[in-house]
Formats: sequence, C-alpha cells, structure tokens
Amino acid sequence: MLAYSLRRLFQSFIVLLVVGLVAFSMFRFVGDPIDSLLGQERTQSDIERLRGELGLDDPFIVQYGAFLGRAVQGDFGLSYRQARPVAEIIAERAPATLELALVSAGFAMFFGVVLGIFTAIRRDGFAANAIMSVSLIGVSLPTFLIGILLIYLFSVELGWLPSFGRGDVVDLGWWTTGFATGSGLKALILPSITLGLYQMTLIMRLVRSEMLEVLRADYIRFARARGIREKSVNFRHALKNTLVPVITVTGLQLGSIIAFAIITETVFQWPGVGLLFINAIQFVDIPVMAAYLMLISVMFVAINLIVDLLYFAIDPRLRADRSGGH
Amino acid sequence: MADTTPAPKPRGRLAHWWDGDFAYQFRRSPVAMISFTVVMLMVLAAIFAPLIAPYDPFDPASLNLMNGFSSPMEPNAFTGETFWLGTDDQGRDVFSTILYGLRISLFVGAAAVGFAMVLGITLGLVAAYVGGWVETIIMRIADVQLTFPAILVAMLIFGVAKGITPVEYRDQMAIWVLIVAIGLSDWVQFARVVRGATLVEKNKEYVQAARLIGRGSGAIMLRHILPNVLSPVLVIATISLALAIIAEATLSFLGVGAPPTQPSLGTLIRIGQGFLFSGEWWILLFPACTLLALALAVNLLGDWLRDALNPKLR
Repeated sequence: MLAYSLRRLFQSFIVLLVVGLVAFSMFRFVGDPIDSLLGQERTQSDIERLRGELGLDDPFIVQYGAFLGRAVQGDFGLSYRQARPVAEIIAERAPATLELALVSAGFAMFFGVVLGIFTAIRRDGFAANAIMSVSLIGVSLPTFLIGILLIYLFSVELGWLPSFGRGDVVDLGWWTTGFATGSGLKALILPSITLGLYQMTLIMRLVRSEMLEVLRADYIRFARARGIREKSVNFRHALKNTLVPVITVTGLQLGSIIAFAIITETVFQWPGVGLLFINAIQFVDIPVMAAYLMLISVMFVAINLIVDLLYFAIDPRLRADRSGGH
Repeated sequence: MADTTPAPKPRGRLAHWWDGDFAYQFRRSPVAMISFTVVMLMVLAAIFAPLIAPYDPFDPASLNLMNGFSSPMEPNAFTGETFWLGTDDQGRDVFSTILYGLRISLFVGAAAVGFAMVLGITLGLVAAYVGGWVETIIMRIADVQLTFPAILVAMLIFGVAKGITPVEYRDQMAIWVLIVAIGLSDWVQFARVVRGATLVEKNKEYVQAARLIGRGSGAIMLRHILPNVLSPVLVIATISLALAIIAEATLSFLGVGAPPTQPSLGTLIRIGQGFLFSGEWWILLFPACTLLALALAVNLLGDWLRDALNPKLR
C-alpha cells in the first residue's frame, strides 16, 4: 500500500513539473514579456533594467525554478489585459465556478444513481426504455446546444428563469455566494442542469450496467432464494457492490465538470474562472492562461490521485494483488 | 434487399465486394444506410457548396441590407425576395451560409482526424515496435495527456498558437491552427490502440519471416504490420470524426475557433444565439439542426462500423 501510494505520488509530482514547464514556456516564449509590460515609449536602459528584474538573462533552469517558486506561493504575475495580479482575479472568480460545479455534481450524482437504479430494476418497463433512449440523444447533443435549448425554453418562451449571470450574490468578504438569495438560486438552475446533464447520463448508464451485472450474480439469486425482500436485495445487496466503479467515475468526472464549466459559463455568461479563461484565449492573455492551466492540472492530478488511492482502499481485491509492489 | 443483387454473372471486384460480408451487414442495417446517406449528402453538399448555394454569402456585392431578417419561406417585406431558410441581419441567405459552414466544419473535422490518425499510428507503431525508452516516453506523454479532457487541450493549444502567430495572420491561420489543435488533442486514442495491436502482431510468424528475409524495420511496420491493425483504427477514426466535428463547433461557438470571416457551423450558432431573444429563431435553429444531424449520423455510423468489423459481437 505504502509503496504504491508513494509511487503514485511521485508520478503526480512529475506530471505537475511537466505542466509547470509548459506553463513557464508559454510565459517565456509566447509573446515578449518586455513588450507586454513596457509600452511603446521605452529606453534601452528601461529594457535592461526590466530584463534584470524579471531575471530574463538567467539560465533557463534558474528561471524555471523561480517561476515554480512564485507559482507555489500563488504569484502568477500580472494579467496583460486587466493589469491586476492574476491570483487576485482568479480568487474573485473562483466562487462562481465552484458553486456551479458543486450544484451540477450533486445534481448529476443524485439523478444519475436514482435513474440508474430505476432503469436497472425496471429493465423492460416503458419508462426505463424511454429514459435510456432520451439519454442516448443527450449524449450526442453538444453541451452548448443543450444550454441554448434550455435558455430558449425557460427564458425566452416561458420567461421563468434568468438566461445569464449569477443573479444577486452575497459578499462574504473572501467568498461571494449565490446560495443566499432567491435570484441567485434561480440563476443556478439552468447552468447546473446544462453542465450536469452529460455527467448524469454517464453515471446513470454506469449504475445501470453495473446493477444489471450484479443482479445476475449468484449471491443475489441466493438472497432471493432465502426469501429476503426485493427492496432489501436491490439496495442492501446489489447497490452496495455497484458503488466502487461509480465512485471512481464520479470522482474523475469532477475534474471534467470544472473543465466543461468553460462552455456552460460562456453560454450563460456566468462570471466564473472558465469565462475568464476563454476571454484570456481570445485576447492572448498569457499569464491568465498559464495560471489556469496550472490550477486545473493541480486539481486533475489531485483528483486522479485521490480516486486511485480510494479505489485501493475500497476494493480489497486490489490490495491483495498489489501489496507485493506490483 | 438481398434479392435485388444481380445474379453472379461476370464478377468484377465491386460485385464481389457487394456480395461480401461487410456489404451484407450494411444492407441489413437501416440505421447504417440512413446515416451513411445523410453523411454522404452532407459531404456532397459541402464539396459542391459554391454550385448549390443560391447566393454567395461572402461576396459583399450580392448582399442587400434590405433583405435582412427575412423569415423562412416568406417574401421579404421590402424586396419581395424569398429565402428558403431566411436571412441574417446582413441579409445573408441562411441556407447558403450553412452550406459554406458545413464545408468548413467537415474540412476541419476530417483534417484534424487525419492529422491525429497519422500522428497516432506513427507513434503507436514506433512505440510498440521499437520498445524500450522510446515506448516509455511516448506512452507516458499519452497518459499525461489523457488525464485532461481533449477539448481543454485543444483550447490551450489554440491559445498558445494564437499567441505565436502575428496579429495580421491570425484570422487566415485560424482554420489551420484549429486543425492542429484538435488533431493534437486526439492522437492518444490512435496511438494506444495501434500500440496494443502491434504488440500482438509483432511476434507473429509472418513478421518474423519478413525480418528473416531482411526487410527493414520501416518496411515491416508499414507494409506488414500496419494493414493488420487498421480495422480498429477505422472505427476509432469514425467516432473521432464525430467528436472532432463537435469539438470544432464548440471551440468556434466559444469564439476561439473559426473566425466570422470563415464561419463554421459553430460560428453560425454563436452568431445566431445573439438573435434568440429578438425572435429571429431561424438564424440559430437551422445551423444547430445541421450540426446535430451531422454529429448524430457520423456517431451512428461509427457504432455500426464497430459492430460490423467485430464479428465477435454479432
């Protein structure tokens, strides 16, 4: 267990170093930092001074080390476009994205598991078949079209829900929340459905196929033969054993939710980190792009690591196989 | 359907193929035939767009601002002209812009998959055949890239490439940058499958025989192993095409893809979204339906192909 964990930790560390190298190269080689920071009116001595200050004359590896050192402390430099510290801008935008991701993940997980169980137990029912067919269309629809469709239905035609923004938010100083106001909650509904729908179908299909697999197993037949009530068989015996892959996939999807939030945030003009990133690409705001890349990689790597270790902890079979050091 | 095949008189290669297992599978599946027809119609429409399109949407001289916002199938209030699918704010015929948009969407999708395929097959073959540290490096990179969603990788590559290209070339280069970005985000699938298949193939007798008669590594990889690992590649390529088309549309919709001067379906949807609230639904709806039909058809075709090429599943 320990050897495996250490090796996974080391791998994650290497991945982060490589991503850091990519981010650093973006800083260093895409566009000229001097050009971006100094305006048209500059003297040779200004350039020399700035080169010295930024350490642009140091060897590559020293610059890279300095960059990593600053990044670890949360210093990603100034945004070219807004001329403010990138860390400050991201901290300001992060609550919006995290709240959206949280609500969509909850939505996806709850409905995914419930519908998955339902379609597995009522395998041949009409409702179950209808849900499965609709989910197939849902998978082939691009996220942004789902968002537009929802806006058209609920904002344009019915006028029930807002089509853009977060509504009224309450500022807690270090965090802005939309959970506290009615308009904030209403504004969350459409974006979180848009963002969570794909993950929901994924979880639903996974739960369904795992359930069907487990329901065929001998111990379920035996449980039935012992006269245990259907409900108890389904939920106590079957569901429990389907949860391992579900946890893994859901965990891994958490990262995708944050990444796909980019699309949802653009459709709904949601003032989060994803929209910031898209604007950064449009205006070639390299520091913001690099910072986003670093942050999201740390998140992805951490999620992967946790899921792997969790998997290991949950499934005793893996432990037996790998304890010898794989 | 099977009754209509001609009696086996002079059997050309085509007739032989038509009687073959693959074609038989195809004729038996209505889903495959319909989706294949849809894809083919769209490809033809894209290729012959300049001939089919009633108007040239990129010729400013042919545009009449008075024609702006014409509803579909209704004569315009000012000019009396009728447009099948209506016009946008500039008076551009929506049907024509869709044809040209389809052209760009299909071109970018196909080129990106082609690029990913060449890159993935090469790296996969080399990794499996050469082995050692070359294999380790290639597959490690693949693993790391697989950790991130493809669309995110494509966005980053697009962003960096945009930063590198000089401002005055950005619009012209956007299409090519898009192809490279989507292609680079998608090669891993191909590399993994080809590597897996090659690892199996490279120890078989025919490869040993080829090595024995002194053929070079390159020739063995290309002429002997490659043809035997191609059928899973074909399946992945079809499914990748659907994904690439959607990825392109998504990027263009987000404003980090095809520029308004060369609009793809995604760009058209982005433009159309702006008119959703003012009631001009057709500017959005028709490009969106085209994209959906295309993606769905390619997806279904890929699904069918996967089953047809894998006899174990039947």
